[in-house]
Amino acid sequence: MGALTLARAALLCATLGLFLAPWHGLQDGISEVTAWPGGSAAPLVALLLDGSRWWLWPVALLLALAAPALLRGRAGAGLAWIGAGLVLAVFGAGYAIGLNGLQWGWLAPLLGAPPAQPSLGWGAFLVLAGGIGLFAAGQAARGRFGADAFVAFLVCSCGFLLLLFVFLPLVNMLSAALYEDGRLAPAAFGARLVAPEAWSLACLSTHAGCGVVWNTLLLATLTAVISTLLGLAFALLAVRGGARGKVSAGAFRAMTILPLITPPFVVSLALIVLFGRTGIVTGFMWDWFDIPRSRWIYGLPGVLLAQVLAQAPIAFLLLDGALRAISPSLEEAASTMGARRMRVFCSVTWPLLKPALAASFLLAFVESLADFGNPLVLGGDFDVLSTRIFFAIAGARHDPGRAAALALLLLAITFGAFALQALWLGKRRYTTVTGKGDSGIPAALPAGLKLTCAAVAWPWMIFTAAVYGIILVGGFVHDIGRGDLSFTWRHLGTGFEVGWFDGPAFIGSAWDSLFTTIQVAAISAPLTAGLGILLAWLIARQNFPGRRGLEFMTMLSFAIPGTVVGVSYIMAFNVPPVELTGTALILVICFVFRNLPVGVRGGIAALAQIDKSLDEASATMGGGAFQTLRRVVLPLLRPAIVTALAYSFVTAMTAVSAVIFLVSARHNLATVYIVGRVEAGEMALAIAYSTVLIVIMLVTVLGIEKLVGRARLGRASAAAPPIRAGA
Amino acid sequence: MSDVAINFEGVTKAFGNVRAVDEVSFQLPRGALVTLLGPSGCGKTTTLRLVAGLELPTGGRIEIEGRDVTGLSAAERRIAMVFQSYALFPHMNVLENVSYGLLVNGARKPSAEAEANAMLKTLGLEGLGQRLPSELSGGQQQRVAVARALVLRPKVLLFDEPLSNLDARLRRRVREDIRDLQRKLGLSVVYVTHDQQEALAVSDLVCVMRAGKIAQMGTPVELYDDPADAFIADFMGEANVLQGEVLAPGRIALGGIPLDVTMRPHPSGPAQIAVRPESILPQPEGAPGLPGRIQRAAFLGQTREYEVETAAGMLFVVTPAASLAFAMGEAVSCRLDRVIPLRDVKG
Ligand SMILES: Nc1ncnc2c1ncn2[C@@H]1O[C@H](COP(=O)(O)OP(=O)(O)O)[C@@H](O)[C@H]1O
Ligand SMILES: [Mg+2]
Repeated sequence: MGALTLARAALLCATLGLFLAPWHGLQDGISEVTAWPGGSAAPLVALLLDGSRWWLWPVALLLALAAPALLRGRAGAGLAWIGAGLVLAVFGAGYAIGLNGLQWGWLAPLLGAPPAQPSLGWGAFLVLAGGIGLFAAGQAARGRFGADAFVAFLVCSCGFLLLLFVFLPLVNMLSAALYEDGRLAPAAFGARLVAPEAWSLACLSTHAGCGVVWNTLLLATLTAVISTLLGLAFALLAVRGGARGKVSAGAFRAMTILPLITPPFVVSLALIVLFGRTGIVTGFMWDWFDIPRSRWIYGLPGVLLAQVLAQAPIAFLLLDGALRAISPSLEEAASTMGARRMRVFCSVTWPLLKPALAASFLLAFVESLADFGNPLVLGGDFDVLSTRIFFAIAGARHDPGRAAALALLLLAITFGAFALQALWLGKRRYTTVTGKGDSGIPAALPAGLKLTCAAVAWPWMIFTAAVYGIILVGGFVHDIGRGDLSFTWRHLGTGFEVGWFDGPAFIGSAWDSLFTTIQVAAISAPLTAGLGILLAWLIARQNFPGRRGLEFMTMLSFAIPGTVVGVSYIMAFNVPPVELTGTALILVICFVFRNLPVGVRGGIAALAQIDKSLDEASATMGGGAFQTLRRVVLPLLRPAIVTALAYSFVTAMTAVSAVIFLVSARHNLATVYIVGRVEAGEMALAIAYSTVLIVIMLVTVLGIEKLVGRARLGRASAAAPPIRAGA
Repeated sequence: MSDVAINFEGVTKAFGNVRAVDEVSFQLPRGALVTLLGPSGCGKTTTLRLVAGLELPTGGRIEIEGRDVTGLSAAERRIAMVFQSYALFPHMNVLENVSYGLLVNGARKPSAEAEANAMLKTLGLEGLGQRLPSELSGGQQQRVAVARALVLRPKVLLFDEPLSNLDARLRRRVREDIRDLQRKLGLSVVYVTHDQQEALAVSDLVCVMRAGKIAQMGTPVELYDDPADAFIADFMGEANVLQGEVLAPGRIALGGIPLDVTMRPHPSGPAQIAVRPESILPQPEGAPGLPGRIQRAAFLGQTREYEVETAAGMLFVVTPAASLAFAMGEAVSCRLDRVIPLRDVKG
């Protein structure tokens, strides 16, 4: 695509936005359109003419400035300035003048006391898109982006979206932590960061709880250590367990799909059913062994158990891969030199496993930091950062500043973990061994080690089966919470009853949220996959200034815990100029940008397998970037695209941490609805609903696996460092 | 229209601090085949990619058929390239591969396929249209890549080491095929190789590169018989480079022994002197020439090879098998036919 074509399209788009589309957001939905071209649906040109938005005249002037040259067929570098000016004018005015009139006091001499300005609408959106198009065309005309306007436009719009939906909310939140009652208060910020609520060590000496930071770190460390060790035991048995290892490998692998398709807190429900005060196991213990009923499951032990149940299979996946990649010949070499089995294991196998162990530890650590559902359901008095942040926003004392400060602490810990890993890996990047599958039989485990592994792995396996069994059964018995195990359809009926009044009527209380969830997931999945693959292609195959920055921003959203995202979104998009809270759109946007990194990583990995000369061959035959993308790259990336689709669909169905802040009465999501049922004590309905979700996702994932072979789903495949040398 | 297919004027391409191509200027006459020859890493591929538009130069000017293309992208240059890996699209069959360029340039599908089929026929690939690239032999893949490039009737055709993925026996035939096709269609071709034999066999012009610069450009015979310096003399086939002295036109001294030889004009005085192995003829001791002793002798069927220890240094000698044979340790006298006094290379 040439710069001129792009610039003309952009001009057309912006002009439409100026003259036709309503400039401001329609607060009461599409019905307001009837007021066009006046009232709240007025396009900008009407608002300019009646003088009520006089500060937006620069928008019209800039477009007028761009038009003559473009109509005469010339696209110059100056377009970049005009485009940038448009974007700045719209956003600058949007932030400077809000619902309460002037927001930026220092502009008073220039703007006086302007009237309230509601949020931006479709008209503004079109003008922004046009502005970005003009900017990109100008850059392409200057020879940037390989002089390809299509690439320029993609990069500029992706960059804009990432800035708006990843970077801006973070910055916004940081500034919220700096403010108190609308005034800049660095002292209050400092006080929040070092508040005893976060850092108190009271639990060491008294019965009071410790600070949430310590709680969070303790939980994350325990989860990471235990999950990794369990995963290791499973992996050792599966790969080195001899003949029976094959059997266990199959069972373990089947188990690894469970955490993926289970909403994170569902395990907590099962744990309550088993070990709560009136739980099945608790009752059994009381009846048979006189062990008194207690609430021990609510707190650190329960949350830890739930998180390990979710993370151990993922650790297994990582370590299993790494262990298989260690070529048996290395171990054989060691044994031919006379080393005993235990020596071989300690001196060869273990060191080679270290990077994978570190990766698995980091992943479990970070997931534990980000986990919100389990601490919410099982935490009791044991608060962690993610739940504390939630209550700072949603609790009785709404305190965004405090939430922001806590979110910053959580963010800092997460980044710290990633940074430590990067440092550690940077020093020892031995790609594990030879790569190509070589012959040789893996050394058998030393007998003692094998026994230990089996003693740990099999009971855990049985425990996992019991937990998921409870979930399957729980929705179909009268009252699993009190051990009444007689069969019933009642709970499923409450949630999913379908009646017939002149057509099917979805009476059940869960239908609304289920439909919304499926809708939001089905809309966001293709957007995530599409944007992710595009970004991967731009990052891997195009050379342009700011490429590293773009890559960094995509990966940034991977590292931000969901709760932080939720808080930052609600702070950034609750007021003009970009007002999205309460819509389904914000849910879609949240999912798209949270799941983006997985699509990008997958795309980059897949592109690394596709020789760059294919792109170049297409170019020498006259294929521009767009043709090459459509005819060569995308067809070859199909497996990666399908995987990204599946992953984002499933994650959108199971996520809870970020969206719990963003749902509204009209747009509720399944997971949030289930959490609400738990809090209302309707355990059975919650479990029944969870079963329905699990079945839907199981069908989706298995269907996709059938289509494209074993899809590499999960955050694990995105977070794993490249330690599997070609295995 | 001009008779120059490609014109490089002071073209530079820097990757960070590395100047992969450094102020290179050359002209390729229309309808000629020029090879870019040089050791690995000397900038051949980069030069080719600069012609193709896959790299944009950091300095200088590039013209193709009289049109300034310096800032144009690959898609806009009307060149075609055969990649070292062939770069056939693995998800398209042969016919789709060959008609791809026509389609992206706006041709209709039926006419594109007709043209592609005609081109496949020209290259002896009829009947393979429905195969996937993975179902072809290396030689066939290579011809498909050529067909795909030619079907667009490019102004310039570029080859990057086209023979490197073929086995030795196929190489000779394929390079002849390429040469025939080029002659028949009157194509302007740039051909990258690191193999001097290949370069000598196919080229109208050879352009030897060294460290991002052109070391020498000329016809194969010029480069072989009249290399500018020791680097080229050595690169264009084996050469004994000896320290000696030019006494007068047609008379040199090696190891202090004066000899009458054929040579190009050179100022008198000490000089490096290159002697091709086949320009040396060992003769029984006592004959006029450079005395020496056979250190190693090998019989190779068509030729014999010797290493001869002389006062000027060790000489590597190749003689026809039919010539007089000598055994190891025998004393001989070497007659030198033709020698090449080398110019000083600065730096
Ligand atoms: N994309 C690139 N980035 C950085 N350096 C490069 C790149 N391409 C080539 N080079 C460097 O330029 C020099 C010439 O490379 P090349 O043209 O591929 O050599 P040849 O084809 O003659 O072997 C080499 O030193 C190589 O490392
Ligand atoms: Mg090369």
